[in-house]
Amino acid sequence: MENNVLLQLNGICKYFPGVRALQNVDFTLRSGEIHALMGENGAGKSTLIKVLTGVYTKDGGNVRIEGNEATIKSPQDAQNVGISTVYQEIALCPNLTVAENMFIGRGKGKFTDWKMMNARTTELLTSLDIPATATQQLGSCSIAVQQMVAIARAVDMECKVLILDEPTSSLDESEVAKLFKLMRDLKAKGVGIIFVTHFLDQVYEVCDRITVLRDGKLVGEYVIQDLPRVQLVSKMLGKEFDEMSDIKTVDPEAKDIKVGTPVIECTGLQSDAGIKPFDFKIWKGEVNGFTGLLGSGRSECVRSIFGADRVIAGEVKIDGKPVKIKKPLDAMKAGIGYLPEDRKLDGIVADLSVKDNIILAYQVMKGWGHPISKTKAEEIAQKYIKLLDIKTASSETPIGQLSGGNQQKCILARWLLTDPKYLILDEPTRGIDIGTKVEIQKLALKLAKEEGKSVTFISSELDEMIRTCSRLVVMRDRKVVGELNESELTQSKIMETIAGGEG
Amino acid sequence: MAQNGNQKKGGSFLEKLVALTRKQFFIPIAALTILVLFNLIMDPSFFAITLGTNSNGDPVLSGYLITILNNASELVILAIGMTLVTSASGGQDISVGSAIAIAGSVMLRILVGGPVNPGKIILAFLVACVVAMIFGAFNGVLVAYFKIQPMVATLILFTAGRSIAAWINNNELPIISEPLFGYFGNFIPGVALPTPVFIAIICVIIIMLVLKFTTLGLYTQAVGINPSSSRLNGIDPAKVKLITYIILGLCVAIAGFIKVSRFSTINYSVIAKDIEMDAILAVALGGNSLGGGKFNMASSIMGAYIIQFLTTTLFKFNVVSTALPAYKAVVVIVLVVLSAPVVREKLDSFWKKLSTKKSVKEAA
Repeated sequence: MENNVLLQLNGICKYFPGVRALQNVDFTLRSGEIHALMGENGAGKSTLIKVLTGVYTKDGGNVRIEGNEATIKSPQDAQNVGISTVYQEIALCPNLTVAENMFIGRGKGKFTDWKMMNARTTELLTSLDIPATATQQLGSCSIAVQQMVAIARAVDMECKVLILDEPTSSLDESEVAKLFKLMRDLKAKGVGIIFVTHFLDQVYEVCDRITVLRDGKLVGEYVIQDLPRVQLVSKMLGKEFDEMSDIKTVDPEAKDIKVGTPVIECTGLQSDAGIKPFDFKIWKGEVNGFTGLLGSGRSECVRSIFGADRVIAGEVKIDGKPVKIKKPLDAMKAGIGYLPEDRKLDGIVADLSVKDNIILAYQVMKGWGHPISKTKAEEIAQKYIKLLDIKTASSETPIGQLSGGNQQKCILARWLLTDPKYLILDEPTRGIDIGTKVEIQKLALKLAKEEGKSVTFISSELDEMIRTCSRLVVMRDRKVVGELNESELTQSKIMETIAGGEG
Repeated sequence: MAQNGNQKKGGSFLEKLVALTRKQFFIPIAALTILVLFNLIMDPSFFAITLGTNSNGDPVLSGYLITILNNASELVILAIGMTLVTSASGGQDISVGSAIAIAGSVMLRILVGGPVNPGKIILAFLVACVVAMIFGAFNGVLVAYFKIQPMVATLILFTAGRSIAAWINNNELPIISEPLFGYFGNFIPGVALPTPVFIAIICVIIIMLVLKFTTLGLYTQAVGINPSSSRLNGIDPAKVKLITYIILGLCVAIAGFIKVSRFSTINYSVIAKDIEMDAILAVALGGNSLGGGKFNMASSIMGAYIIQFLTTTLFKFNVVSTALPAYKAVVVIVLVVLSAPVVREKLDSFWKKLSTKKSVKEAA
């Protein structure tokens, strides 16, 4: 065994009712190393971190810190053995001073010695080169500095293992650079850092090793130089790169639909959700998609087209005519429908009936003074319940009581009812059963082929995207990095583009 | 075979009963039944209605039931607005009592001095409506756009309202002696039912029509349940919240009109005192969640009448007015505890156990 091993996890298992969140996962962290923990949604990253920090209790396996078996049953235990975590959302108090935040919850039974606290904080801030003063209110610092203070706090608690859970997602480039410098300083001091992020570039910039998880299982641990980007992407997505040369059969008789004026044409569109400006076009009867890893900005792109986030730049033309989309209603009136990524948070109105959920968008488009009559609404609801085979006790059942797939069908029905010319389906198949998945894919294709609608389809599953889309816009790190046409739509080509750079 | 059928019927009856307890109407109807039964047992004369004449020789209906209908009017009108505000913003407006003082004061300010004629009363009422709606909008903007908790936002007007009301009339207490003005809070000569009863019924009819012929009900509920999803369906959640507060402002003006008409004058510190709590209680008694979302307007209105029923019953049994809140508090405690999800779950499982036990016994 290597002698600088700091933390060793062996055969960690964690079960939730009906789910094996972690199965026999091993993980090794050496001192003075920055170790990336990678994986797509549901891979088990956050579960592993929660086991490590005592939020969850593991169901199997053991944890060793510097060779000694450690039992971690609560966050306090984790802190005692030297594991500290800095979360994406800073868990400090913005209305207290930097020094107070440093020492909060640590002075056991002692009188508060302000002088000592401030002096120690100043010392620490200078040693880590953090641009903040001890008596400053934390809330007045930038997010990056707040994050650094959280890290400094962890360092001061003599942590050996520092876990950074997506620390960079709300930082700009210069702030990220500062954070990386701090991480390298800590690394030089022998701290082991576990770095969780979605940004590939950042992984290759700062990390030494990568551990990849998929579906709750360990895929492998790699030294960064030995794992090209494409390999990393293929490991995360679970497709062997070499096997993926399956060329999609292109129907030679299919005529090119990319003729004439596009239905939607965006130029330099940018929203306040932190994506780089992008261009986008879609033609009548076309199904295309945005692809990229989680957090690459695919949802943010379609949200900006729909006006769901505040648009700060760029223009949108519909059928060649410029339109101003400031809010979702503008987009709806212009003929755009949007099935949101987060069904629970943005899609369903849980306590309202299936019927009310189906008519909602159509009703809003008709306006305040034109309510749909009870009988008409019932008729509509019954029609779509039949058409999409929605399994519900009645049209009056609150939608929250339906299964995920049936909820999603109701939201689909909602947008079909508005008869949009452009329909955005953002992760319509996430978290629903396989049968419904296929139904939804077929529906997307049917809408385009038979009704001449344009559809944008987003999915985390590549084969689903290849099956449904004839063109893919590829995103990485909140930027559009490429566009693949029908003939180029193979898994390997897609992954190569997602990985980009020195793949 | 027959026995088997019987047992099934018994089970389904119990099941139906349990299902009934989950219906929103259950709480107000149960409360009403208890009150009616209590009065029937204690003193059936409670329900007597007599037709007499007042000092002017006009026919007048009197009796406890008439008192209830009459005195509940302001509360019913406020409950309409409070239901909408609660649904959309998930919080309550506690400034309605103070706002009634303002609206009443504005009316008296316009009416005082010079002759009072119908045109002037209409003008005074319309101005009071505008003023009350502006104050409603003030609350609404704080809640909807500045995202301040409704209780905190409306605390401002709750505190300042009565001083503003007194300031409007330079702290004087104007008295309107013209009998016409008193008609709205008392009796119209020749009509045996008090006018406020009609005003309340008209308000109820109007809100029912509004809910039927506009999308207000759907929008407020959608915004109250899931603002994010509502926004993505083209609804402007802030605007919807603001509108509910403005509607409540209008309700305040109407209630204020009835209040000042009843006495033909105003007492700034006493008028409509604590009415906000009764209005909120009416919404809760109607089985509506005070956390917002789904609402049932008819239920709230019934809740308002029941509160007045309770108040009048307590008065009849010579409970002193200072002790009233304590009795009401008991009712609130029972209601709130009964409608708490934790208790409901426990009750549900209790019923289930009871019904399975019963069927097991019968089977044996």
